[in-house]
Amino acid sequence: MSTSAITAAPALVEMRGLTRHYDSRRGLWGRLTGNPGVLVQAVNGVDLDIRRGETVGLIGESGCGKSTLGRVAIRLHEPTAGSVRFDGTDLATLSPLELKRLRRRLQIIFQDPYASLNPRKSVLELLATPLRLHALASGPELADRVGAMLQAVGLGPEHLRRYPHQFSGGQRQRIGIARALMLEPDFVVCDEPVSALDVSVQAQIIGLLGRLKRELGLTYLFISHDIAVIGHVSDRIAVMYLGEIVEEGPRDAVLGDPRHPYTQSLLASVPRIEGTPGGARRQRLQGDLPSPVAPPPGCKFHPRCPVAVARCAREAPATTAVRPGHRVRCHLVT
Amino acid sequence: MSAVPAAARPARSPVLENLAAFAASKLSLTCAVLVLGCVVLAIAAPLVAPHDPNEADLFRRLQPPAWMEGGEIAYLLGCDALGRDIASRIIYGARISIFIGAAVILVATTIGVLAGLAAGYLRGWVDVAISRLVDILLGFPYLIFAIALIAMTGPGLQNIILALAYKEWVIPCRVVRGETLAARELEYVEAARALGGSSRYIMWREILPNILSPVIVVSTVRMAHVIILEASLSFLGLGVQPPTASWGSMVADGRAFMLDAWWVSTFPGLAILVLVLSINVVSQGLRDAFDPRMRR
Repeated sequence: MSTSAITAAPALVEMRGLTRHYDSRRGLWGRLTGNPGVLVQAVNGVDLDIRRGETVGLIGESGCGKSTLGRVAIRLHEPTAGSVRFDGTDLATLSPLELKRLRRRLQIIFQDPYASLNPRKSVLELLATPLRLHALASGPELADRVGAMLQAVGLGPEHLRRYPHQFSGGQRQRIGIARALMLEPDFVVCDEPVSALDVSVQAQIIGLLGRLKRELGLTYLFISHDIAVIGHVSDRIAVMYLGEIVEEGPRDAVLGDPRHPYTQSLLASVPRIEGTPGGARRQRLQGDLPSPVAPPPGCKFHPRCPVAVARCAREAPATTAVRPGHRVRCHLVT
Repeated sequence: MSAVPAAARPARSPVLENLAAFAASKLSLTCAVLVLGCVVLAIAAPLVAPHDPNEADLFRRLQPPAWMEGGEIAYLLGCDALGRDIASRIIYGARISIFIGAAVILVATTIGVLAGLAAGYLRGWVDVAISRLVDILLGFPYLIFAIALIAMTGPGLQNIILALAYKEWVIPCRVVRGETLAARELEYVEAARALGGSSRYIMWREILPNILSPVIVVSTVRMAHVIILEASLSFLGLGVQPPTASWGSMVADGRAFMLDAWWVSTFPGLAILVLVLSINVVSQGLRDAFDPRMRR
């Protein structure tokens, strides 16, 4: 599905300064005493455009806020600040009814194929639910559309009456994909859709997602922590670190000429065969992701950065364009 | 919910699988039959009872059970101080116990499920209001609370049910709230929201079916408890009023003759024991069947 970036097309999804904090302040006592509590900065001031028909890969370590960004992008969670425009409409301005109507165009595929399907519903019920909720079909038409979608994701009519626990992980993920596509969405957030699957099954699901994208004209925000997967599916790649996007650009630019030290370390962490070019200047990443409760001052990456200078600890870097469409957030990149 | 991929099992709904697991235990099944037997006896009381439960015959005053000297087969379990047939009164008494038990649990579970779902799913001030009310009600001793309420409203079937349900809903409410809190974070609930499901749809159609098993289990245990409470209230004279037969009041009636005529108190006491014990075993069996982790 890795066609070259469609630069001319207008952005289908525009995120501006998108921020999501979780306030874990607890109970009446905290409120009375004015205890500020614990503020988790899951997503912090993210700007990201996703053009119609492209796949943007979002990569980062566990806990960096990838999944939260994906959920805020389709307003499954409310943003704390910032805005999301979808096809020109600001999602924050919509009434509940308008939002429900727009939900048909914004869908999500989840990571965990066990938790994402209601265990009490048969496949038929799972796939009929979206159509029933929006009163799009009933009776024979409903059965036809469910059957057609099931076939499109590689399952058959014999699976209709089965329950989720009777399927393998890969099959369940196919059901999850079918459910998300029942409403014929434009934009689908794929939240680590293959991370819970065996490698052989991963390839099948990635192939399926690619085929469905071409056939149905979908736009993906593809979230993963696996560089190989992201490199395979994406037109453009955004690298996320501690709630911020540190580098973003066309796939070949980000993978072939990574500018941010974090991207470089991420790529270096991929096991590679000795002697391949580009290994020398890359640094292995040390330490763990700092807590999003108390992010470091200045550049959030500086405590782990192999090339950090004094300025990095004081000032947060601004975003610099290194080439058209390739932006990096680092003091050392000019 | 378990991570066992079932390959070639026939497609059965999870409910049917649970019931099959329940029926696999002989003890559970026996007790379920006993409970159902009590229900049938209660419903069919006028057809089954050998005598009118309120027909006094002073010539049969404290007549012993059939197998003792002076007993008669027609009065199998003997007669009480007014010469009423104890067996017939126990059969009629089952009506009161089971009706009150079922009615209280029905009212309490309905309120508890609604309140628990709202508190657990909507959170915010709804949760604060409901949870504080629950905490306050839990602070009162149950029986004293019920006695006080009945003292205010007067005895009678409806007042007993209300007095018990008034506090009983707290228990399913807490169970449902806790389960809902856990379920609302699961991805299938998020998926339902992404599909455009309303809060009401998600609470009723997505979450409730998944948390029903603990609710059913708790309801059965509590039903046994309510039956004991009703017997306690009747024993204290606050239950259904004489001459209507109730197990608790029958035990109370026999207190004065425990040494001369033990059967007057013992048989209704045994009836309470058997019914409550059976319900508890059934609920244990249901818990094992509904919780796949308990399955061998």
